[in-house]
Amino acid sequence: MGLLSKKDTNLILDPLADNNPITIQVLGICSALAITAELKASIVMAVSVMFVLGMGNVVISLMRNIIPSKIRIIVQLIVVATLVIIVDQVLKAFAYELSKTLSVFVGLIITNCIIMGRFEAFALANKPWRSFLDGIGNSLGYGIILVIIGFFRELLGSGTLFGYKVLGDPVNKTGLYATGYENNGFMIIPPAALIVVGIIIWVQRSRNPALVEEN
Amino acid sequence: MSLKDNLHKFRVKNEGKKWFPVFSGFHTFLFMPNETTHNGTHVKGADDLKRTMNTVIMALIPVLLFSMFNAGYQHYSAINGFPKDFSLMDHFLTWDNFWIGIVKVLPLVVVSYVVGLTIEFIFCVIKGHEIEEGYLVTGMLVPLIVPVDTPLWMLTIAIIFGVVIGKEVFGGTGMNILNPALTIRAFLFFAYPTWMSGDKVWVHDAVNLAGTPDAISGETVLGYLAQNKEFSYSVSDMFFGFIPGSVGETSAFLILLGGLFLIFSKIASWRIMVSAVAGTLVMGYIFNGVVDAGWITETSKFYGLMSLAGWKHLIVGGIAFGIVFMATDPVTGAQTNKGKWIYGFLIGFISIMIRVFNPAYPEGVFLAILLMNVFAPTIDHYVVQGNVKKRMKRLKNATILPKADDGKAEELKVETV
Repeated sequence: MGLLSKKDTNLILDPLADNNPITIQVLGICSALAITAELKASIVMAVSVMFVLGMGNVVISLMRNIIPSKIRIIVQLIVVATLVIIVDQVLKAFAYELSKTLSVFVGLIITNCIIMGRFEAFALANKPWRSFLDGIGNSLGYGIILVIIGFFRELLGSGTLFGYKVLGDPVNKTGLYATGYENNGFMIIPPAALIVVGIIIWVQRSRNPALVEEN
Repeated sequence: MSLKDNLHKFRVKNEGKKWFPVFSGFHTFLFMPNETTHNGTHVKGADDLKRTMNTVIMALIPVLLFSMFNAGYQHYSAINGFPKDFSLMDHFLTWDNFWIGIVKVLPLVVVSYVVGLTIEFIFCVIKGHEIEEGYLVTGMLVPLIVPVDTPLWMLTIAIIFGVVIGKEVFGGTGMNILNPALTIRAFLFFAYPTWMSGDKVWVHDAVNLAGTPDAISGETVLGYLAQNKEFSYSVSDMFFGFIPGSVGETSAFLILLGGLFLIFSKIASWRIMVSAVAGTLVMGYIFNGVVDAGWITETSKFYGLMSLAGWKHLIVGGIAFGIVFMATDPVTGAQTNKGKWIYGFLIGFISIMIRVFNPAYPEGVFLAILLMNVFAPTIDHYVVQGNVKKRMKRLKNATILPKADDGKAEELKVETV
């Protein structure tokens, strides 16, 4: 008997694939489109959301019995806002350049549907430890998609990964660029992320037809 | 036994095999199948989808041939200067010019068909469908709407994107929202803008020679106008197409002939073409009016394009090609007659608006058509609803009046509205 029971493990593993917040529940699309042009920004965003969602779920879960249900949305918003401000300040202090890249989207974590969704659907009805695992699981599922999108967009759009020129230098025409290859400017702009998300959804659902919705 | 019968036997024998759609695709391309339906009454039309597509391709062949000569003509003229006393046989229809066309334009056509049809075949085999003919026209349109020096690998990627994302994900031919050929062009434009705009890409070798003492200009007429510069092309050059531009878009004359052929054969909608031309003229003359009224000065960056006479907009850039071969796509265009008028008019109108107001890239036809593709179902919806409403009103106003003399029999009197 380890730290996690089977039920607990599922809380983390389910959102990674078959109950993924982005590709299955289709939540949190907005930030997935906006900040995934670079892999680094995607990872920082994923970590920020993990912090906010993990901590937020615990806080809400602890307070779940004393929050009057009429004002629960406002209470949830205050909790998220507090946590987001912490993330924002930390980023500004220790990773200023990155916080400029992410710009308004750190603040917009508040409006990320995944967070309010998990508060409402899980934290209000479960104990803190399980809520914490659920928060981590969902933010991991969100993060994985962000990293996949970020990987393809940065690789194809800028020819770099984490800022390293993995495909060669486009200016001096080294590496792959010597053969006439060029960066794909389309991958830099947000619509490309929408198409990458769409392709991920397509691949996922054709591998597992049970996920296809009836319409 | 004739070839046709043999093929039919082969068809019956192998029905249901995995590769059957591939055979069937080629078979029905050449022949009408022998099968007939047995029950009920049917009207048999000779113009199935393949015949429709072939007609459009026939309309495109003169444009393609012209563009092959023009690729060479523009290349050599940019190097040696335009010939003083131009004669069609001596300067244009020469083997040298055609050779450039064979080397530069033909590969675009081949790549377009090979890549596009491969994807189409793969999807049909996976889905177990019949091969759909949709790519036949798209494959011919694509090489005609890209610059002559477009690298083939870029074209390949763009075609894969356009066919898969633009068409197959929606369910294949007939289900797509956006015109696949224009999706491919839009992808190229946003992915590789340096190869799709500017003053180099429109003439063969201008990109390679840039920065050398032999540098040549590949500026289009619209490019000159957007920069308020003088250019040496006459109106007849523009009309007959002896100007730089995307491969097949230059010759308004041949496109016009193709358009008339399509209207005559009832393949393309004349309503869309006429209203798109009207839209172009209206917007063009509105801009002329703005210039005449003196609302903008000659130093304005819009002056060049705004002062171009309204009707000349039709013979420069891609608008003629767009109107005749792109806007009239029966899948992505409006379906109702009234809708077609609105759809076409807005394409012309918006094209010229984008052309004039987009400083980075003075061409907006493909964007305007894609935009209207998206709105076409909405237009149709309101046209249909409007018609329903009109008829409901007519029904409500229909009154039943008793006959004046005996009061027993009733007479239906319908007031038409």
